[in-house]
Amino acid sequence: MLKISELKNIATQVRRDIIRMVNGAKSGHPGGSLGCADFLTALYFNIMDYDAKNFSMNGENEDLFFLSNGHISPAFYSILARAGFFEISELASFRKINTRLQGHPCTHDGLPGIRIASGSLGQGLSVAIGAALSKKLNNDNHIVYSLHGDGELEEGQIWEAAMFAAAKKVDNIISTVDYNGQQIDGTVKDVLDLGDLKAKWEAFGWIVLETNGNNISEVIETLKIAKEKTVKKKPVVILMKTEMGFGVDFMQGTNKWHGNPPNDEQTKIALSQLQETIGDY
Amino acid sequence: MANKKISSLEKYCFKELKDTRSGFGEALYELGKQNPKVVALCADLIGSLKMNAFANEFPDRFFQVGIAEANMMSIAAGLTIGGKIPFTGTFANFSTARVYDQVRQSIAYSDKNVKICASHSGITLGEDGATHQSLEDIGLMRILPNMTVINTCDFNQTKAATKAIAECIGPVYLRFGRPKVPNFTPENQNFEIGKGILLNHGTDVTIVSTGHLVWPSIEAGRILESKGISAEIINIHTIKPLDEKIILESVSKTKCVVTAEEHQMNGGLGDSIAQLLSRKMPTPLEMIAIDDKFGESGKPEELMTKYGLDTPNIVKAVEKVIFRK
Repeated sequence: MLKISELKNIATQVRRDIIRMVNGAKSGHPGGSLGCADFLTALYFNIMDYDAKNFSMNGENEDLFFLSNGHISPAFYSILARAGFFEISELASFRKINTRLQGHPCTHDGLPGIRIASGSLGQGLSVAIGAALSKKLNNDNHIVYSLHGDGELEEGQIWEAAMFAAAKKVDNIISTVDYNGQQIDGTVKDVLDLGDLKAKWEAFGWIVLETNGNNISEVIETLKIAKEKTVKKKPVVILMKTEMGFGVDFMQGTNKWHGNPPNDEQTKIALSQLQETIGDY
Repeated sequence: MANKKISSLEKYCFKELKDTRSGFGEALYELGKQNPKVVALCADLIGSLKMNAFANEFPDRFFQVGIAEANMMSIAAGLTIGGKIPFTGTFANFSTARVYDQVRQSIAYSDKNVKICASHSGITLGEDGATHQSLEDIGLMRILPNMTVINTCDFNQTKAATKAIAECIGPVYLRFGRPKVPNFTPENQNFEIGKGILLNHGTDVTIVSTGHLVWPSIEAGRILESKGISAEIINIHTIKPLDEKIILESVSKTKCVVTAEEHQMNGGLGDSIAQLLSRKMPTPLEMIAIDDKFGESGKPEELMTKYGLDTPNIVKAVEKVIFRK
């Protein structure tokens, strides 16, 4: 089991990867990717049970993760490569012609670690529920995880899925929300206020946990509590307070970097704040 | 007086009228017994889709999703992860137009083994009117890469197709309907996806039809025969992938074509055939289809007549296209 300091090093390296990937592609979504680096590190390097070297689409007898907010693909790809699903050198091909690392994740090019395309928002919770139902039918007691943006919760399908999971007692799923309060056109509060988000999920019949999504120790503790709350006839969701752009001072807490890559000068400054830890790709 | 020639079309007859959706329901139930991987989902239309038997017999493998078709399509995609073969059931409009992005991203692009089974397609849905009459679904599904598109003509063929799609891997759109129509194809037939069926040899014109228009095409063939016109009739149940060989072979002989379908002219079977022929064998072609209009309320047969999707109009189209040769 990796120590917290080692997990922090991985998260920092993932952040370096994110910056270098979007700078290399001159496109992509660094803001949400940086904000979710700690959570994804905790999930893939401490919590989930999986076999990176023998990836199978069916994922039987292992935990599954579905990224619903597909635009944070740089973080997802970096995590998958660092976890051993494919070579880290492939990260350099992000968003470039003939790459398996498409702008938004897909199964089309056979990249190990990905089980569904995402990018058009709002579909991933339903997909995760389907996979969770499949696990129940297979008597597979592993857990299905999903990640959603808070802006993504404006999609109606999320609430169709939320209603279904509670009504049908899909209790082998832990969904998580990147609650950074930002989306393309401004703050979530200004664009379409989600109101009392915790109360909404509770009203839909979910067990709701809250955590600081940029604190790895806290995320791990919360995920462990969430796991204990599975198989209790209710689905579980974690609202993770994060900051978009976390880890790079000029990107932090703003939506400016939601879908914009840093230029070379900005990249240099960003990387100076993120020391290389386990080696650049 | 010359002896009356016995028509080869006489062999097509039927004992009863049956709805195609019941063929789906029966096959789904049989699949449930045979294949534990088969699961089914429905969005509050179990009775209309004839899914009762499956739902009652296999409650663990049946998911009532409620009136939430988008959720249903994406859940179906998720169920394939773990090896299930999900069959979704709702009306054609709610299986396609309503959920297009879910089908596109989670099923077609992700190449998931989901069987989208759609009843009440076309104008024969009848009295409910245009909001529910799906006349665009073939086009919507056919332009999606990875998607197989099937439109069956009667109860027996729908039953056979339902079983066949469980055996093939990949996304499928299976289109059938509400009304009772002649059940004339063989019981327990072998259904080959992507293979057209030559119903009648002919020399003067090729009639290519799908779904509820296949039987009127046979009736048209009889009338044409009495007028001394020999029609080759092809039942195209699989619109994608299209059986190009059977069409090109026929057209190279007859030199003209009429297509017939219960769908918009834009995007349907006729469009597919026109595209094929203009690329490989430019040929005079007439289409029996809805000409860029929405439907309306009425009895199925009244609507088919009003919108020109019937035997007399197939005959007229044949006479017109032969004249154009």
